[in-house]
Amino acid sequence: MPIELEIKYLKTDILVVGGGTAGCYAALTICENSNYEVIVTEKANIKRSGCLAAGVNAINAYIVDGKKPEDYVDYAKKDAHGIVREDLLLNMSQGLNRVTEKLEKLGLVILKDENGKYVNRGDRNIKINGENIKPILADALSNFDKVTVLNKINITDYLVENNQIYGALGFSIDEKTMYVIKAKKVICATGGASGLYKPNNSGFSRHKMWYPPFNTGAGYYMGIVSGAEMTTFEMRFIALRCKDTIAPTGTIAQGVKARQINSKGEVYEEKYGITTSERVYGTIKENLEGRGPCYLKTEGISKEKDEELLKAYLNMAPSQTLKWIEDGFNPSEQNVEIEGTEPYIVGGHTASGYWVDTFRRTTIKGLFAAGDVSGGCPQKYVTGALVEGEISAETAIKDLQNFELKEVKFDEFIKSKKIDFEKILNNNAKNKYSIEDLEEAMQKIMDNYAGGISTNYQYNSSQLKIANEKIENLEKMLCFLSAKDMHELLFIQELKERLVICKVVILHLNERKETRWHSFAENLDYPEKNDDWLKYINSKMENGKLKVVSRPLVFRGDIYEHRNK
Amino acid sequence: MSIEINKEKCVGCNKCTKVCPGSLIKIGEDKKAYIKYQKDCWGCTSCLKECKYEAINFYLGADIGGCGSILNVDFNEECINWKVKKPNGEKICISINRKESNSY
Repeated sequence: MPIELEIKYLKTDILVVGGGTAGCYAALTICENSNYEVIVTEKANIKRSGCLAAGVNAINAYIVDGKKPEDYVDYAKKDAHGIVREDLLLNMSQGLNRVTEKLEKLGLVILKDENGKYVNRGDRNIKINGENIKPILADALSNFDKVTVLNKINITDYLVENNQIYGALGFSIDEKTMYVIKAKKVICATGGASGLYKPNNSGFSRHKMWYPPFNTGAGYYMGIVSGAEMTTFEMRFIALRCKDTIAPTGTIAQGVKARQINSKGEVYEEKYGITTSERVYGTIKENLEGRGPCYLKTEGISKEKDEELLKAYLNMAPSQTLKWIEDGFNPSEQNVEIEGTEPYIVGGHTASGYWVDTFRRTTIKGLFAAGDVSGGCPQKYVTGALVEGEISAETAIKDLQNFELKEVKFDEFIKSKKIDFEKILNNNAKNKYSIEDLEEAMQKIMDNYAGGISTNYQYNSSQLKIANEKIENLEKMLCFLSAKDMHELLFIQELKERLVICKVVILHLNERKETRWHSFAENLDYPEKNDDWLKYINSKMENGKLKVVSRPLVFRGDIYEHRNK
Repeated sequence: MSIEINKEKCVGCNKCTKVCPGSLIKIGEDKKAYIKYQKDCWGCTSCLKECKYEAINFYLGADIGGCGSILNVDFNEECINWKVKKPNGEKICISINRKESNSY
């Protein structure tokens, strides 16, 4: 019997796609500030989905005493060497402390001094116990009847006509059911994209990576194929991490003030600069010049600090604590080796994502973007993602007043998607290649020809051209794949999404003819920074073809609106 | 990077299958949980925290320095107790007060 999918039709005022940090907070904001109905779709379960599944052990974006939101804008701008949207950074920074206080009210433990003030960890950070941050957000939503959370539902396509959104469709990963959700407004909060490049660990621990391996850029993909404008995909994010476990280094660097040293014991960080990309670049250079491996110097810290570090990692990256135990050496007895990860596309750390107006409206009418999927506003971290959830929700509420959406039928589109999904589920032809094979092929192409780990993040235009050709060839092979169940259908969808995102990354890398950020975009044809490129590189798909649009910088105080609507 | 599920202890309550951010854990024909996509585990330990029966252990792959130790967790109102059992039988427990912040 061939598999046939049942279709469930739902209707709501606002659809939130993705129930991670930004998505949950957007839904919460809608519930607390309006009577609109909300549906949140999540391909896993909002209790532990997204970046914060294991928890987070500090709030890294907070305006501490004596600092102003403008200082945070300055910091993020400097770190991104000027390619940021200051309007977005400013309204995000203005909300950081507000959402932090809200999180505390919801139950997050935040360290306070004897005067009841939050205790800083550096210039922009405060100390928390964030192991349960995601359950806290999920619980907060459960208090409202107006919100329906659909867990284990993967959204694959927007319903768009004449650049106006009417909802989205997707499928359950457990049941043979398609979901068609009509909505007046849609907030995309699906996160960034991992798994584009060959990762640090390739065998058994291939998913021991920095970013959630389950975030495959669905929101970017849906936007790209629907004609949304995207920005700054060439500003890839590469994290500096503890070797093997790919656990964060900030806790050690800021918590116990550990410096970056090479194998000769020399502190090298100042030599290359201390922006996020320069810290990665310095580590690469030290290795290339024969002074590797590189470490965070923890040897000699106190026993009490050992214990605190072991605990801090359990609240965020338990594998690092287990690694110290397996090694038989505490951090005080052995420096922590560090390495750069493979590149990711993630708008919470760098500036890649949807091109939005100051209030997070995308270029598709009725569609908003928040969190890692939203571009131009790096260094968001958890609190910045929450603020973007809030801003997008408030804008959606405002735009819904006196808003009427005409009835549009998507029957043909829905039918064609149903046929597509069923074809994959009913494809019994024996194929030489598995989903995994094609995924590995994609990651190898990106690694070898589009500046992955194996080329020390370097590339030139000849290599990018090859990368693009090979990725397009892989796209043609997708039709051979078959899915035994709904979960495998998800794997194929995730591969399809990433192949499109790879092409956009390649296009953007090729377009920026300078090296503004070492490692993040190391263009060997143009190895120097050139301020002629102090502008945004954007792209959009028109009639199936990707097109580049460059735009002048937007500064703080500006209100950016989309033109040519 | 992955987990192992102890079939003797698993009661098939389904909590781990619901919470896994990759939906990697499924219920088998024996009504017990099993990890279907072992290599796809991110190591977030959400499933360990859900399991009231301590049926799930977390361990490091040999490719990232695993030597056979397993990590388990139990909860009460006050504390999260993280328990490591080494292959030689040695046990280590690290308790974290849930109401206390990290020092770092």
